[in-house]
Amino acid sequence: MRIPQNWSVRIGASVLALLLVLAVLAPWLGTVDPTLFDAASRDLRPGESGEILTLEGETLRHTFLMGSDSFGRDIYSRVLYGTRVSLAVGIASAAAALAIGVVLGLLAGYLRWLDGPLMRVMDGIMAIPAVLIAIALVALWRASLPTVIVAIAIPEIPRVTRLVRALVLSIREEPYVEAAVALGTPAGKIMFGHILPNTVAPLLVQGTYICAFAILLESILSFLGVGLPPDIPTWGNIMAEGRVQFVAYPHNVFFPGVFLAATVLAVNILGDGLRDTLDPKMAKRV
Amino acid sequence: MQFAIWMGQLLSGDLGQSYYFRIDVATLIAQRLEPTFALAALTILVAVLVSIPLGVLAAWRFGGWFDRALMGFSVMGFSVPVFVLAYLLIWLMSLKLGWLPVQGYVRFSEDFLLFLKHLILPSITLSVIYIALIARVTRASVLEALGEDYIRTARAKGLPELRVLVRHALANAAVPIATVIGIGIALLIGGVVVTESVYAIPGLGRLTVDAVLARDFPTIQGVILFFSFVYVAINLLIDVSYVFLDPRIRY
Repeated sequence: MRIPQNWSVRIGASVLALLLVLAVLAPWLGTVDPTLFDAASRDLRPGESGEILTLEGETLRHTFLMGSDSFGRDIYSRVLYGTRVSLAVGIASAAAALAIGVVLGLLAGYLRWLDGPLMRVMDGIMAIPAVLIAIALVALWRASLPTVIVAIAIPEIPRVTRLVRALVLSIREEPYVEAAVALGTPAGKIMFGHILPNTVAPLLVQGTYICAFAILLESILSFLGVGLPPDIPTWGNIMAEGRVQFVAYPHNVFFPGVFLAATVLAVNILGDGLRDTLDPKMAKRV
Repeated sequence: MQFAIWMGQLLSGDLGQSYYFRIDVATLIAQRLEPTFALAALTILVAVLVSIPLGVLAAWRFGGWFDRALMGFSVMGFSVPVFVLAYLLIWLMSLKLGWLPVQGYVRFSEDFLLFLKHLILPSITLSVIYIALIARVTRASVLEALGEDYIRTARAKGLPELRVLVRHALANAAVPIATVIGIGIALLIGGVVVTESVYAIPGLGRLTVDAVLARDFPTIQGVILFFSFVYVAINLLIDVSYVFLDPRIRY
């Protein structure tokens, strides 16, 4: 694949690639197990060193690059492992919302009798703010990684469905679709073989935005205490634990906050760049 | 059947009893309404007053440094999470400068000045993403209006630039701006939940989180229903307001 000329794409993709490397290589980047704690190393400032007790009962010397929290856990390790959770939730939620939204959108756009009822249900979901749907679903199901991903994906489905439906309605009038219909091609093959490939570019852009929003929403849920359980190191959880001592030790909130903001920013910039690259007509709009 | 009973109760104003607070959900919502309403109203006011002039200015100087700075800010505004921004502001304004209280809420009727002081940081926090959204759409729609023939005519007859921008460009861009203000209410409601938690404001957002943590389902249901109702009602009002914003639209 050729490297896109667009600077937004380059910057966004490089930052994301860097984060992905950090997430994958987390165990080899001078981290300790993010759940390890040591009462002797509580509330250390960034850069201070202290001791940490491993599960085997050994005491290690460890430099706390980003300080430690009120349990004596290493913030640096927690932030790096948190990258894994954020990226996984972002990508999985976007993929889930896209997959379901595409199927529903194709059905609504192609099977006219289904269009009315299906789109009214979608309107109903869109009437409730996304954060509230996610909070309510997590409250209903008890939080774990899969439920959080699904809870974040559901409020995004209507947006994808509407986009795909609108695209299908315009594409189905194209001569090549008419030709396929005239040749007696089955509906399923027309939908997935002829119409779907032509919706890829806008879907890629939309998927990127959903990914950014999902990362944000996951950290909001964790931060409010209704997301992933506190023993999983996520950026939202680290900040939720750090907020109590924010006045004395702002580093607990600062480092995960910077990582979170940088990640979401990178994904958004990538989305803007992809939009401008893939669809020059849309670039003039919002 | 359960749903029918629930709908019947709902229509008679009965949202059920809170498991946790042991009072009617409707009463509970009424009690917590004031702080949230004050915060949301102030936020909308700040956001609209700031973002529309910024958007017009950016469209007027399209491609200039101000335009690029505003678009940069707008991407930032979408990306920085509400609570990270909140802590940044608390750290700067309350801890370093000591100008404003860290958190809490004072009732409107108790002390108006303190009430405002406690709301300044939360509403700035909340308005950033809203400003980013409205400014973007204002810029885009004013930009589109500026390309029209009537703008050239207005300029040609020697109208002052400000009048051209406001009376001709902005007035014709009003409908999309009103629409996005309505859509942004959803963002605002999401933001209220987080902001009230950070600043310890005893409003509906805080109630939502408390209810979820206590697994108090009647309250969760009631609050979500209430928020969705407000969101839909505001958007309906905005749809109706198109008639005033654009005389061509008739229902």
